[in-house]
Amino acid sequence: MTPAIEAVELSRSFVQGASAFAPPRRVVAVDEVSLSVAPGRALGIVGESGCGKTTMARIMLGLLPPTAGTVRIDGRSLATMDRRERARLIQPVFQDPMSSLNPRRRIRDIVELPLIAAGRVPRRERRERVMAMLERVGLSSATAVRYPAQLSGGQRQRVAIARALVIEPHILICDEPTSALDVSVQAQILNLLAELRATFNLTLVFISHNLAVVEHIADEVAVMYLGRIVEHATADAVFGTPQHPYTRALLASVLTPEPGLGIPDVPLGEGYPDPANIPRGCRFHPRCPIAIPRCRTEPPARAAVECHLASA
Amino acid sequence: MRRHRVSLWTGAVIVGFTALVAIFAPLLTPHDPFAQNLSQRFLPPVWLPGGSAAHLLGTDQIGRDYLSRLILGARISMMIGTTTILMAGTIGTTLGILGGYFGGPVDRVVMFVVSCRLAIPLILVALTVVALIGSSLAVVMLTLGLLLWERFAVVSRATTRQVCGLDYVAAAWAAGCSRSWIILREVLPNIIHHLIVIATIDMAIAILLEAALSFLGLGVPPPLPSWGLMIAEAKDYMFFKPWVIEIPGLALLVLVLGINLLGDGLRDALGAQADR
Amino acid sequence: MTAVLEIEDLSVNFGTLAAVRGISLTVQRGETHCLVGESGCGKSVSALSVMGLLPRDARADAARIMFADTDLFRLSERRLARLRGDRMAMIFQEPMTSLNPAYTIGSQMTEVLRRHRGTSRGEAATRAAAMLERVGVSAPEMRLGQFPHQLSGGLRQRVMIAMALLCEPELLIADEPTTALDVTVQAQILRLLARLQRELGLAVLLITHDLGIVARTAHRVSVMYAGEIVEQATVAELFAAPTHPYTRGLLASIPVPRKVRRGERLGSIPGVVPAIDRTFVGCAFRDRCARATDSCAALVPLREMSDEHHYRCRLDPAWSEPA
Repeated sequence: MTPAIEAVELSRSFVQGASAFAPPRRVVAVDEVSLSVAPGRALGIVGESGCGKTTMARIMLGLLPPTAGTVRIDGRSLATMDRRERARLIQPVFQDPMSSLNPRRRIRDIVELPLIAAGRVPRRERRERVMAMLERVGLSSATAVRYPAQLSGGQRQRVAIARALVIEPHILICDEPTSALDVSVQAQILNLLAELRATFNLTLVFISHNLAVVEHIADEVAVMYLGRIVEHATADAVFGTPQHPYTRALLASVLTPEPGLGIPDVPLGEGYPDPANIPRGCRFHPRCPIAIPRCRTEPPARAAVECHLASA
Repeated sequence: MRRHRVSLWTGAVIVGFTALVAIFAPLLTPHDPFAQNLSQRFLPPVWLPGGSAAHLLGTDQIGRDYLSRLILGARISMMIGTTTILMAGTIGTTLGILGGYFGGPVDRVVMFVVSCRLAIPLILVALTVVALIGSSLAVVMLTLGLLLWERFAVVSRATTRQVCGLDYVAAAWAAGCSRSWIILREVLPNIIHHLIVIATIDMAIAILLEAALSFLGLGVPPPLPSWGLMIAEAKDYMFFKPWVIEIPGLALLVLVLGINLLGDGLRDALGAQADR
Repeated sequence: MTAVLEIEDLSVNFGTLAAVRGISLTVQRGETHCLVGESGCGKSVSALSVMGLLPRDARADAARIMFADTDLFRLSERRLARLRGDRMAMIFQEPMTSLNPAYTIGSQMTEVLRRHRGTSRGEAATRAAAMLERVGVSAPEMRLGQFPHQLSGGLRQRVMIAMALLCEPELLIADEPTTALDVTVQAQILRLLARLQRELGLAVLLITHDLGIVARTAHRVSVMYAGEIVEQATVAELFAAPTHPYTRGLLASIPVPRKVRRGERLGSIPGVVPAIDRTFVGCAFRDRCARATDSCAALVPLREMSDEHHYRCRLDPAWSEPA
């Protein structure tokens, strides 16, 4: 079956300009990453700062060109699509409800935007679809004429979801869609996304640093570290039997709301991941609790779990 | 919070009043601003001894009614101000938005052009232009309009870059909008409040600059009653007949102050609304 | 035992908006008391009130805010400033903006010691380096000479903690200290705080929205909603027997790792947090509560479940959701 979305050897690096104090540095945000998502499945991408997950999202949306590699949607290369084709296939939901809506436009105009850009949709039909979509995401019809400033964070995020889905795309890329929301609102939005995913038979790529949320919504999980996917398996496998030491450390760090268990001792050392200074050998070795001498010199083989000690 | 209301309304009243005077100038002048009457030279204004109601602000060194000249001068100042901000605003905003949106080599070119413009001394250009073409109201408007755009460029570039980093621009792109749509419908409405403030600043600068140029003889030629020219013509007499220089000087001061107050008030009012 | 911090009936208003409406809590020596709630509930404002750091347009009122045997609420600004950074300290959420980017770590740290203890420059530098070592910063002497932008978020937060603890305070107020950090770093920082608390006998008031942090670090918890403490208990009690409908709703909305049931809806609380003005009476949660009745519009009683556990609701502890 053709994957709904596929990344093939995707790379993206930036050159951080020289200043009076430092020469220019090459920052490798994404390093030859390949992944594919079958239609209707939900892929969760997790990782911490500097791992490249947001860059991946932007490349998959066509917002950022990759330095190398291709993205294929429904088998066709993203780079060859014109803007309308791309918009009909893949849409985003961003993290920050404050900045993802144009403050100068009314809600209904914001949600109507993809339909206008698509052209060939008559005005009356556009309006109908917008109002139907607003209702679907749980907003009253009175909201349509308001401005973003008059809405709460949760409501704004619903508008963002309505905008993304009004054109009925195949794939929805959610970049930390609930991280800026309160816990109780987060639950509302997650329930909404699950419901809409079923209704529209969407393929979901869900990026988050919140592992519990990803576990709730994803079928498969890819764990990213410094630009590479270090572990990629089904959600049950990743959360139940994590193989990569980074995945294990990540899962161990999560503070579950269970009193009496104390604070986990995560043996990761003081270092922090710096995409401008990727370690030689295995990129995780400076922080890895089980690193062996080979990890310092030889990068691990490219596989679903990228670790020399994986099969152990 | 009340403070910005005061500047906003004071400025608006001053500028609005001057604009009305400028528009209806020919109807408001009690006498012909160009009519000379050598027997009526240096009549003082009505509040000084010897003044008469026939010439409320007195007459100048060749007997022209001062009030009428002041009123027509208002029209000249406002014309200079508005045409400058329209021309300079268009040029500067276009350059700034293109540089801010496209970045990379386009931006470098824009910045280079801005640097070149900043390296040009205005007075020298005015001098050259006048030497080549001669001075007139049209020449002054053109020169200022083609030269005073750097503030617009810098501010529109910075604000465009900032807006382009926001998610709603990314969302518009993802929705399939064309570049021109994004620039005109997503970016521009969100930077325009900054540009309005710049426009008021630039207007004040243009008016003052024209006055300075006219004072130096490089601007509006006589007998047009530009306030700057009136000040220049009066400087020989300012110790004997001070009102001849005080009146246009005061008018200039009040108008520029009004424009700046309007700009301050707008910045506070629009800024507060935009930040919400 | 006298509590290190005792807040009694604190209210804070911003014009007509009532941000904090009569909260009371105590923090003992060596204890972590978590003040937990969502955005806008007033938890940060409460913390700032204790330190006297409220913005100018805020109007605070309290019966007393006792710090050891001093009433902070009635103290002059000058004397409060002497206590701040010395016997009571605060750390904030954003390590990026909490440190002055124009000065080195060393100069910022030594300034604290020189101001409060009058130590000499050399002595202050030695103490600062020792403190950095204690919070787990490697190569402390080198770090003293570095600028904030040269450090990662986790390191900056460690520096913040070191600065706060330089004068060995009795009370530490931490406002969302790990929210801006990565998950792996968060665990390290919280372990550090717990260790330092044990070593110094610190009383810690920890402000957070994360119930996971509450469960793992707190001894006692106060749940805030719309300016009020709606439930207060020991941490074991709160998670074992959450009684206020808001607390229960909150706990039901969090996906718990390994106990997640994919495909099932998360519990959620419908509606949004209301903005409360000074004249508001009754339970602020009533518009979102499935068990609300008309009596909830009148003053809501504080009910005790046990010595250490009380909540503001007219419902009996054994209430359950309507079928």
